[in-house]
Amino acid sequence: MSGGKHAGGGRGETAMVPEADFESYYGRPIIKAPVWKTPDVPLYLFLGGLSGASAVLAEGAALTGRPGLEKVARLTASGGAMAGTVFLIHDLGRPERFLNMLRVLKPTSALSVGTYILSGFASLSGGAAALEVTGWFPRLKRLLGLGAAATGPALATYTAALIANTAVPIWHEGHRELPFVFAGSGASAAGGTGLLLAPARDAGPAARMALAGGTIELVASEMMERRLGMLAEPYHRGRAGRLMTASKRLTVLGHVLNLLGLRWPWLRRLAGVSYLAGSATLRFGIFDAGLDSSNDPKYTVVPQKERAARRKQTLGSTSA
Amino acid sequence: MAEAHPVGFQWVVEAKKRGAQVIHVDPRFTRTSALADLHVPIRAGSDIVFLGALINHVVSNDLDFREYVVAYTNAAAIIDERYQDTEDLDGLFSGFDPETGHYDPASWQYAPRPGTGDRPAGEEEDEVDAMSRGEHARHSHEMAVSDTHGSGGPPVDHKPDRDETLQHPNCVFQILKRHYARYTPEMVEEVCGISPEQFRKVADALVANSGRERTASFCYAVGWTQHSTGAQMIRTASILQLLLGNIGRPGGGILALRGHASIQGASDVPTLFNLLPGYLPMPHADLHHDLDSFLSGQEGKAGFWGNVRSYAVSLLKSWWGDAATAENDFCWDYLPRLTGDHSTYTTVKLMIDGGCKGYFLVGQNPAVGSANGKMQRLGLANLDWLVVRDMQMIESATFWKDGPEIETGELETDKIGTEVFFLPAASHVEKAGSFTQTQRMLQWRDKAVAPPGDAMSDLEFYYQLGKRIREKLAGSTDEMDRPLLELTWDYPLDEDGEIDAAAVLREMNGVGPDGAALSSYTQLKPDGSTRCGVWIYCGVYADEVNQARRRKPHWEQDQTAAEWGWAWPANRRILYNRASAAPDGTPWSERKKLVWWDAEAGRWTGHDVPDFIADRAPDYVPPEGAKGPDAIAGDDPFIMQTDGKGWLFVPTGLADGPLPTHFEPAESPFHNPLYSQQSNPVSTWVSEESNPLNPNYSEVFPYVYTTYRLTEHHTAGAMSRTLPYLTELQPEPFCEVSPRLAAERGLTHGDWVTIVTARTAIEARVLVTERLRSLRVGDRWVEQVGLPYHWGPNGLVPGDSPNDLVGVTMDPNVYIQDKVGTCDIRPGRRPRGPALVAYVDAYRRRAGLGTQHGPGRSNGEEA
Amino acid sequence: MTFSPESLFGRLEDVQSDAGYDEHPPRMGFFTDTSICIGCKACEVACKEWNMVPDDGFMLTGMSYDNTQGLGASTWRHVAFIEKPVDVPVPEGSGPTASTGTDLGMPTVGVPQVGDQEAPSGEGGIRWLMSSDVCKHCTHAGCLDNCPTGALFRTEFGTVVVQPDVCNGCGYCVPSCPYGVIDVRHEDGDGRAWKCTMCYDRLKVGETPMCAKACPTESIQFGELTELRERAQARVEELHEQGVEVARLYGADPGDGVGGDGAFFLLLDEPEVYGLPPDPVVTTRDLGSIWKHVGAAAVGLVALGVASFVGGRR
Repeated sequence: MSGGKHAGGGRGETAMVPEADFESYYGRPIIKAPVWKTPDVPLYLFLGGLSGASAVLAEGAALTGRPGLEKVARLTASGGAMAGTVFLIHDLGRPERFLNMLRVLKPTSALSVGTYILSGFASLSGGAAALEVTGWFPRLKRLLGLGAAATGPALATYTAALIANTAVPIWHEGHRELPFVFAGSGASAAGGTGLLLAPARDAGPAARMALAGGTIELVASEMMERRLGMLAEPYHRGRAGRLMTASKRLTVLGHVLNLLGLRWPWLRRLAGVSYLAGSATLRFGIFDAGLDSSNDPKYTVVPQKERAARRKQTLGSTSA
Repeated sequence: MAEAHPVGFQWVVEAKKRGAQVIHVDPRFTRTSALADLHVPIRAGSDIVFLGALINHVVSNDLDFREYVVAYTNAAAIIDERYQDTEDLDGLFSGFDPETGHYDPASWQYAPRPGTGDRPAGEEEDEVDAMSRGEHARHSHEMAVSDTHGSGGPPVDHKPDRDETLQHPNCVFQILKRHYARYTPEMVEEVCGISPEQFRKVADALVANSGRERTASFCYAVGWTQHSTGAQMIRTASILQLLLGNIGRPGGGILALRGHASIQGASDVPTLFNLLPGYLPMPHADLHHDLDSFLSGQEGKAGFWGNVRSYAVSLLKSWWGDAATAENDFCWDYLPRLTGDHSTYTTVKLMIDGGCKGYFLVGQNPAVGSANGKMQRLGLANLDWLVVRDMQMIESATFWKDGPEIETGELETDKIGTEVFFLPAASHVEKAGSFTQTQRMLQWRDKAVAPPGDAMSDLEFYYQLGKRIREKLAGSTDEMDRPLLELTWDYPLDEDGEIDAAAVLREMNGVGPDGAALSSYTQLKPDGSTRCGVWIYCGVYADEVNQARRRKPHWEQDQTAAEWGWAWPANRRILYNRASAAPDGTPWSERKKLVWWDAEAGRWTGHDVPDFIADRAPDYVPPEGAKGPDAIAGDDPFIMQTDGKGWLFVPTGLADGPLPTHFEPAESPFHNPLYSQQSNPVSTWVSEESNPLNPNYSEVFPYVYTTYRLTEHHTAGAMSRTLPYLTELQPEPFCEVSPRLAAERGLTHGDWVTIVTARTAIEARVLVTERLRSLRVGDRWVEQVGLPYHWGPNGLVPGDSPNDLVGVTMDPNVYIQDKVGTCDIRPGRRPRGPALVAYVDAYRRRAGLGTQHGPGRSNGEEA
Repeated sequence: MTFSPESLFGRLEDVQSDAGYDEHPPRMGFFTDTSICIGCKACEVACKEWNMVPDDGFMLTGMSYDNTQGLGASTWRHVAFIEKPVDVPVPEGSGPTASTGTDLGMPTVGVPQVGDQEAPSGEGGIRWLMSSDVCKHCTHAGCLDNCPTGALFRTEFGTVVVQPDVCNGCGYCVPSCPYGVIDVRHEDGDGRAWKCTMCYDRLKVGETPMCAKACPTESIQFGELTELRERAQARVEELHEQGVEVARLYGADPGDGVGGDGAFFLLLDEPEVYGLPPDPVVTTRDLGSIWKHVGAAAVGLVALGVASFVGGRR
């Protein structure tokens, strides 16, 4: 039968204002949802943030003489990058052709740029971690570590560009805030790892990084959702909604445990777990929301129609 | 047309771009309707009322093309005073014999002209005397005589008395008026479900686009032909087009859209039981004993058919060559002869009764494609042997192991004695040959690739079969073997060592006494000096050139495009195109000129090959007693008709009446509002236990069904259901119903439904769509169930065959089956196994059915 | 190869030069006039046969006569079917009304009224829209911008083609397309992205793409893009003159969000009815903004890192 008209409406939510009527082709999606697999890609997003921020943490620890934290952070940075690489290659349709990523460098493609960021970072952090473990060439280790710390933030934030530079409405329209969400989330994860694994006396900066990162993550997310308006609906429904809620709660819990940890230091380890879980579920939630946003034609049709109508009004003429 | 002939439809789109109006009349809204200017939904089977009302509209309001009608049709002809119309006899014409169920057309003949030697029909000395006229009528119907004698039909004995003012109460025009007087727009609404407003739109469009300056054309397909009144439906359109002056004119005419690329060829050459090539009739064992008796009654009649002896003798010479001489009647006696009705459904019944032992199925899948699949399979199961030639394992070849009757237990594999031979066939790109399409155009196909494995073309197969049979019979002195041994069977071979198809085409074209290819059928002689396989194809190999192979693109030619392919006869693209000029030979209009008389040159000329004697002046009046082509007057465009006029009224040749009359389909939910006679009194059905009919106006079977096609599949599906690219386009069998019917029966879009008739029940998915319209007919709604028929148990996506639902009732002229009937439809899947039989039986009992229920006369019974 | 803002968004006169070709033939494209599409699907079949694209599964969808569902890795031409009931004005004084279209419920009980008669097409009743969809070969192609291996590239004809021997199936092109065209083929372990090539191999020898060649009504027209655009404009005006006000072009404007499509359409309804985005914009229009915000966040992360170490031990 015909595609039919739909009234947009949140599931289980009462819309305050009747939503726009729109037509679609039998309710089918207009754009195609990403074919990336779960858990590979959300995990990679998480690991990218974790290891990128850990590299910064590691250099700070080296500079301020906190060898326990430095070791944890270096290993985390390197391990995360390698694991992330494995997941990325596994996600490819033709994994044996992963080296084709290095055929070109395309600034318009976040995936291309990111390949080089990741390759660079993985080498640098891997070298630094190896030297950390073996104890050889400490100055070289510092040099490599500095390089990793310089590229780490890029690794942690470019993934926002990766998902935002697509047609997926909830990602694309959130492109201003997503990098901050990812940066904050990476910091909270890195800090959380430090809290979990580093000796307690070195954990202070990790705690502060986690606190700051988690807060940025929460605030930037909130700002993003408000600005997205209707497009943010996938963050509040279905599995994505549940994951986002869980993520926020876990991060807040992390803060609570973190601060309580000032009084009872062993709670800081739990805080670390909570921060890590919060950061991970955030990425899974954002990923799922992207799939939902792609699969429901409403999020493509309605904003575009409104935009076209606005343009027509300002131009005052018919557009093609 | 867009559904079944998408490539041809591009010309409709082109015409529309140039301002043509496209009206689509069909029970459902199809892809054609989507591009038409107007879609007229109609109840399937009620077309004669619709067309008859258009006729009524035209003649009652004097909207006909009067000059054309008077000069070129038999409107002015006066009919025998004994004639009585369906208006007089409540649905019957005069001459009906209730015992035999046949008409004697004596009272339909032309009244004799006063002052001539003509006598009323039945009073002539003929080899058929009055005592045996009933016999003659019976033979005539058995032989489906209306199919023979080419487009002109059988000859009349004499030209008619005429009233040029069209006022004589018994002239055809007045009879026509009376006959259709009750076919009003209100009647159309009541019978067809078409609103008066819509009817008027169609009528106005037709009238506005007919006449000197404009023409209108009809295209039809099996929505008209596959009915028990099928031939008459087409006849109604012919009458309408003749009244509007649209026949023989550019942009006019009636175009049959065939169901298969070379179906026209299949009747030209032919594959039909009652025809010899070129529409010569097949001789009948009781009527014809020699060449003379075979030809009498046709020979010498006015018109080109009068030269039938030349065509027949040339055919015989082509087949038996030197062995055929004047002394032995040119081996006429070698021809097989009919002993009755050997049409396909009658033959299936014969199989069931054990009277037919062997069968060749060549590119045909009756288990899916013919009406009443079960009856077909029961027939096949009762043969001794069956040869199937096809490209795929069709259901007709595998019925013995996986047909529906195996599942229900009605047939058991190890009890079926039929020995089935399956021989792989080449596809149309793997062999050279010609297609003859609806415009009578032959288009040659070259062989593109060799067929795989053992697959071979039908031509090569029959050539080889003939060779081997002749080898086995060589040296025999049995009289019975002479026809086979004396056949000309020496064909040249092509570079692959197979029979050269072009040589066969050349044989069809014919050769003269010098062995050179002929160029026109007027060169054929009755004395045995010429050979010609298919006289209407004479000219296709003129000048030793395969004319059918010509491919000059249309942008290098005028709009007639005569150098693409070759059309019979004589490459005339529009038949009867003499009618495109006025009686004085000048075109009706500059805009619509096609052929005209060039007085200076003394010849007909124009954009098309004139379908007329080239040098016959428009004012020529034939002398009294003239024979053959000499009897054609200068204003007789219909040169195949013995009186040279287009027949509004058909005095002879149709089994069920000289004028089309509305009868309800054999299975109908409605009483015939026009007459007491419910259905076609002369239509036949096959009296067979597996062929019961639904009772009329039954609440058990309240819906109308009709079968049809989809673009994505081809006929019975063997060539499409086996290919992934086509199968994925329409992967599963489905039916289409209106939302109202879905609501009435609780059907959900996309779910399974079961459709039931007295024959069987099938299952399919259902598409609930507005494209099937609920029609208001009388004081009720009529709902139609649409059934694409392409599926069967074999192939990539199996399904039930809708044709299993269809009962066999046939048009009495050509024995084509009805594709409309009544049914019930219910949600859910059908029962399987023996439970299916019980389910159908329950329906039959509720409907009060025995198995011998049927209308009219039943076939296979004693007359 | 130029790299300037025009390369990413907005009008781009010469897309091939922008891609680095010094000399190149004129830009070729498709104009699909859906007003004469008869839904025969010859385009789907011809494309698959030439390009040896596998079948896409056998499933009756119930979406009118569309059983191939949409463009994807194994469907490069897709015919959409939309049945649209059109509300009919009921004649005066005809009793209880029953709009023919949107009401699918039971009719009024009793003797049908004149107004209940289903109206013919052309004056209310049914419209059946049919349209052959294809890759748009955008001037600014999101898939091309985002492909990290260089498998996707711009040909000398201005079309966008995937090289199957380079593609490693990263899938980034899939959500990058604003029209939802390209997809990764998972069947048979293939794993690569596939889409319409505009029969690049045929273009190279001066031939016409298979779909255009097979289309019986010339609904699919192939030729130089500039000429097609002129032709299309004339056709729309012709239809408007005939009273078909709904006819409009889609993707023909070089100033639109993707710089105009290499394959554009004449539609008889809103784009979303056909499953097309109403106002597609190439994602890389916002690339500058995206990288800017990423950069700022990266810097912020460094600052955050530094700040975490300020202050004494705790």
